[in-house]
Amino acid sequence: MPEVNGRWVANMDLPRTPDNEEPAAERACDFRPVDKGFTEEMAVAEASRCMRCKKPLCVEGCPVNIDIPTFITHIYEREFGKALDTIRESSMLPAICGRVCPQENQCEGKCVRGRKGEPVAIGQLERFLGDQPELASKPAVKPANGKKVAVIGSGPSGIACAGELARNGFDVTVFEAFFTGGGVLVYGIPEFRLPKAVVKREIDGLRDLGVKFEFNSVMGRLADAEELLGEKGFDALYVATGAGLPKFLNIPGENLPNVFFANEYLTRVNLMKANEFPEYDTPTKHGKNVVVFGGGNVAMDAVRTAKRLGAEHAIIAYRRTEDEMPCRKAELHHAKAEGVEVLPLVAPLEFFKGEDGNVAGVRVQHCELGEPDDSGRRRPVPIEGAIEEIPCDVAISAIGTNANPFAKLIGGMELNKWGYIEADEDGRTSNPKIWAGGDIVTGAATVILAMGAGKKAAASITAALS
Amino acid sequence: MFKILQKTQFSEKVFKFRIEAPEMAKHAHAGQFLMVRANECGERVPFTFADWNAEEGWVEFIFMVVGKTTTLLSSYQEGDAILDVTGPLGQPTEMGEGKWIVIGGGVGLAIAFPVARQLVATGHEVHAIMGARTKDLLLLEEQFRSILDDDHIHITTDDGSYGEKGVVTIPEERILSAGEADHVFCVGPVPMMKFATLTAEKYNTPIIASLNPIMVDGTGMCGCCRVEIDGQTKFACVDGPDFDATKVDWNDLRARQAAYLTEEGQSLKAYEEATCACQR
Ligand SMILES: Cc1cc2nc3c(=O)[nH]c(=O)nc-3n(C[C@H](O)[C@H](O)[C@H](O)COP(=O)(O)OP(=O)(O)OC[C@H]3O[C@@H](n4cnc5c(N)ncnc54)[C@H](O)[C@@H]3O)c2cc1C
Ligand SMILES: Cc1cc2nc3c(=O)[nH]c(=O)nc-3n(C[C@H](O)[C@H](O)[C@H](O)COP(=O)(O)OP(=O)(O)OC[C@H]3O[C@@H](n4cnc5c(N)ncnc54)[C@H](O)[C@@H]3O)c2cc1C
Ligand code: SF4
Ligand code: SF4
Ligand code: FES
Repeated sequence: MPEVNGRWVANMDLPRTPDNEEPAAERACDFRPVDKGFTEEMAVAEASRCMRCKKPLCVEGCPVNIDIPTFITHIYEREFGKALDTIRESSMLPAICGRVCPQENQCEGKCVRGRKGEPVAIGQLERFLGDQPELASKPAVKPANGKKVAVIGSGPSGIACAGELARNGFDVTVFEAFFTGGGVLVYGIPEFRLPKAVVKREIDGLRDLGVKFEFNSVMGRLADAEELLGEKGFDALYVATGAGLPKFLNIPGENLPNVFFANEYLTRVNLMKANEFPEYDTPTKHGKNVVVFGGGNVAMDAVRTAKRLGAEHAIIAYRRTEDEMPCRKAELHHAKAEGVEVLPLVAPLEFFKGEDGNVAGVRVQHCELGEPDDSGRRRPVPIEGAIEEIPCDVAISAIGTNANPFAKLIGGMELNKWGYIEADEDGRTSNPKIWAGGDIVTGAATVILAMGAGKKAAASITAALS
Repeated sequence: MFKILQKTQFSEKVFKFRIEAPEMAKHAHAGQFLMVRANECGERVPFTFADWNAEEGWVEFIFMVVGKTTTLLSSYQEGDAILDVTGPLGQPTEMGEGKWIVIGGGVGLAIAFPVARQLVATGHEVHAIMGARTKDLLLLEEQFRSILDDDHIHITTDDGSYGEKGVVTIPEERILSAGEADHVFCVGPVPMMKFATLTAEKYNTPIIASLNPIMVDGTGMCGCCRVEIDGQTKFACVDGPDFDATKVDWNDLRARQAAYLTEEGQSLKAYEEATCACQR
C-alpha cells in the first residue's frame, strides 16, 4: 500500500506500535530488562508510519542530527545494515541512546506525526538496529598515524571520542577510575533499563579497534595533565570525567544512616551487585518504606531499584507535579505501572531518627504551584501549616550533581567558578593540547549530548594533529 | 591484577602486603590511601599506604583482620594477585612545622605509623602514643621502635597488661602540659579520637584526625563517606581523610560507621561457611 504512483505514502491508520514490555507485576520483582525491544515485524510495521518528510523536524530534534527518515526507510526496505550505517554516521551508541534518550523532548517530540497523533517510535527503531551491531559494515580504520591521545573517563563521552580517534589512526589509551568501563552507563543506569552486556559490547568493540584501557586509574592523583603531555608522551588529552559529586538537600538529618545519595544507592546495586549480597560482598539496605526526592531519571532509577529490593512503599516525592518532572516520560510510566507512588508538591524539611539511630521518617512541607520562575515552570509555594511526617526506613536524594573535583587536580586548563571545564563547541579548552566534553563541561546532561561532544572533539583533535 | 610481592604477618590478625604497582608508587604520599577489590565478588575497601618505593615499583599497606574482606585477604599468599587496587586517593597529610604527637589506637596504629615515619624522615620531633585494649592487640611496636627512641614512645593498654594502664590521653596530656608538642595527629576508634581532641583543645594545640567512614567509590561520586565538619558535610575520600579534629561531629561518624554491622556479620558468616560464588 505505501507506494502510490511511485510516491511514498505513510500508513496513517496504523497506531504507534506499543513497546514490547515485560508484565509490570513480574518485572518489578527482579532486574530483568523491562522492555524487550521491537521484533523485525514490529520494526518494519512501525517504519511504515514514517511520512519521510521533506523537512524532517525529527532530525532537528535529535542533538546529533541523525538522518532519521533515511534510516527508517532502510528499515522499511529491510536493509538493516544500511539503516545502521546511516545512524553510525552521526551516533556511535545507538543501542544505548535508543534506550535512554529522552525522545519525547528530542526526535519524537518534534516528529510531525506527533502533532495529530502519536509520533513514530524513533527510539525503539534505533535500538532495534543498535542491538544487531553485526549488521553494520566494518568502519574503515585509517593506518596508524603515530600520534598518542589519552582519554580520561570511560563514560559515553570518553568512549565515543576514543572510538572515533582509533578509527582515525590514533594510538588511544582510556584511563578510568573504576575497575570497569562505561561510567554512568554501568554504575548509574540500572540493568532493567540498560543491560550491562550492551555497554560491554561497546567497550569490547573499542578494544577490537586497538583502544587500550587502563582501569583503576584516577587521573589527577595517578598522573596529571602535565605528566601525561610531558613524560608520558601523549600528544593530546580528552577529559570526560562526568559530573560526579552529589548535591545536598541541606536539611537537618541528611547524614543519618540510611539516608542515601542516589549515586551511592545505585552504585551499590549496579556496579557492586549488592542485590546479590552475600554472594557479592557489598551490602545495601532493603527498605520497606522508601522515599526518593527528585523527579529526574536518577530519581526514577533509584525508586524502581528500591521496589526491586523489596520495598512495600516506594515513593517519589517531587516539589512540583508530574507534568514538570524532567525524567523520561517512559520511566515515570514504567515506575507507576510497577507500583511506585508519586507524591507531588512536597519539599523535605528534615529527616528524623528512630530509636536505633537510623532514619525513621521525613518531615515534608506541602506546596502549591505559584507564578512561573526563570525556567518558565511554575514555582512551588509552601502552603502554610501543611506539614506532614512520612515514615521511611530508607531515604534517597536525587536532586543533581556538582562538578567532579578531579578536573582541577588534572589541571592545565581553565575551569569556571563552579569547577566545570571551559570548552568551546569543538571541546577545545584553554590549553591547545587538551579537549573536554560531556557532563564535566555541560553539567549533568544526557548520554547523547555526551556522546556527541566526544565525537566532535575527536574530529577537532584529528584536524589539529594532522 | 596486582601481584603480592611480599606478605608479612605481625601478629595473629595483622598483616602487611607489598603490592606491585609502579605508577601508584611514584605518586603516593603519607596520609593517602588505596582501595582494594580482592576478587570479582569483592567489596571495595580502603587501606592507608604504609610504605612505597618508586624505584622498585611497590606500595605497602597494613591491615587488621576484622571482617569478610580482611579475612579473605589474609588468606592470600605471596605470588597471588589482588584483582583491583586503585590509588592514590585522598589528600596527603599536611605536616606543619614543629614537634608532633602521633596517636594511634588499635588498628589505627597501622595508619599512624606511616605518618610518624614521614614526620621523622622530614626532620620533625615526634612522640608516638600507642594505645590498645590489651597487650596482644598492640600493633607495630617494633616498627615504631625502629624510628623512635624509648623516650618518644608511650604505650597504654586499657587493662594494664603492657605499658601504662589507661588511655592515650594520659601521656598526651603529660606531653602537652610540658609544652613538648605543637601538633597532634590521631587515628583510631571514635571515642579515643574524641577524647584525644578534647585534651589537645585544653592546651590549644591543633589536632588532626584521620577519619575512616565507610567508602564505596573513593572518588567523591557517591557521598557514602560523608562526615560533618563544623556543621558542613564533607566527603572524606576527596576532602580528607584528615580533618581538623576539633570540628568533627563524632556521633555522626560513629553512627555512619556502624550502619552495616548486621550485614557485615552476615557476610563473614557466609564466608566462613564458604559460600562465596567466586571463591578462589
Ligand atoms: C542514574 C542516572 C540515570 C540517567 N539516565 C539517563 C537517561 O535515561 N538518559 C540520558 O540521556 N541520560 C541519563 N543520565 C545522564 C547521563 O548518564 C550522563 O549525562 C552521561 O553519562 C554523561 O557522560 P560522561 O561521559 O560525560 O560522564 P560519565 O558517564 O559520568 O563518565 C565519566 C567517567 O569518568 C570516570 N572518571 C571520573 N574522574 C576520573 C579521573 N580522575 N580519572 C579517570 N576516570 C575518571 C568516572 O569513573 C566515569 O566512569 C543519567 C544519569 C544518571 C546518574
Ligand atoms: C581512609 C581509610 C583508611 C583505612 N586504612 C586502614 C589501614 O591502613 N589498615 C586497616 O586495617 N584498616 C584501614 N581502614 C579500615 C578498613 O577499610 C576496614 O577495616 C575494612 O574495610 C574492613 O573490611 P572487612 O570486610 O574485613 O570488615 P567488615 O566486617 O565489612 O567491616 C568492619 C568495619 O570496617 C568498616 N568498613 C567496612 N566496610 C568498609 C568500607 N567499604 N570502607 C571503609 N570502612 C569499611 C566498618 O566500620 C565496619 O564496621 C581504613 C579505612 C578508611 C576509610
Ligand atoms: S540519538 Fe536520541 S534523539 Fe537522536 S534520534 Fe536517536 S533516540 Fe532520537
Ligand atoms: S518527522 Fe516523523 S514522520 Fe517526519 S520524517 Fe521524521 S520520523 Fe518520519
Ligand atoms: S566514598 Fe564515595 S564519595 Fe567518598
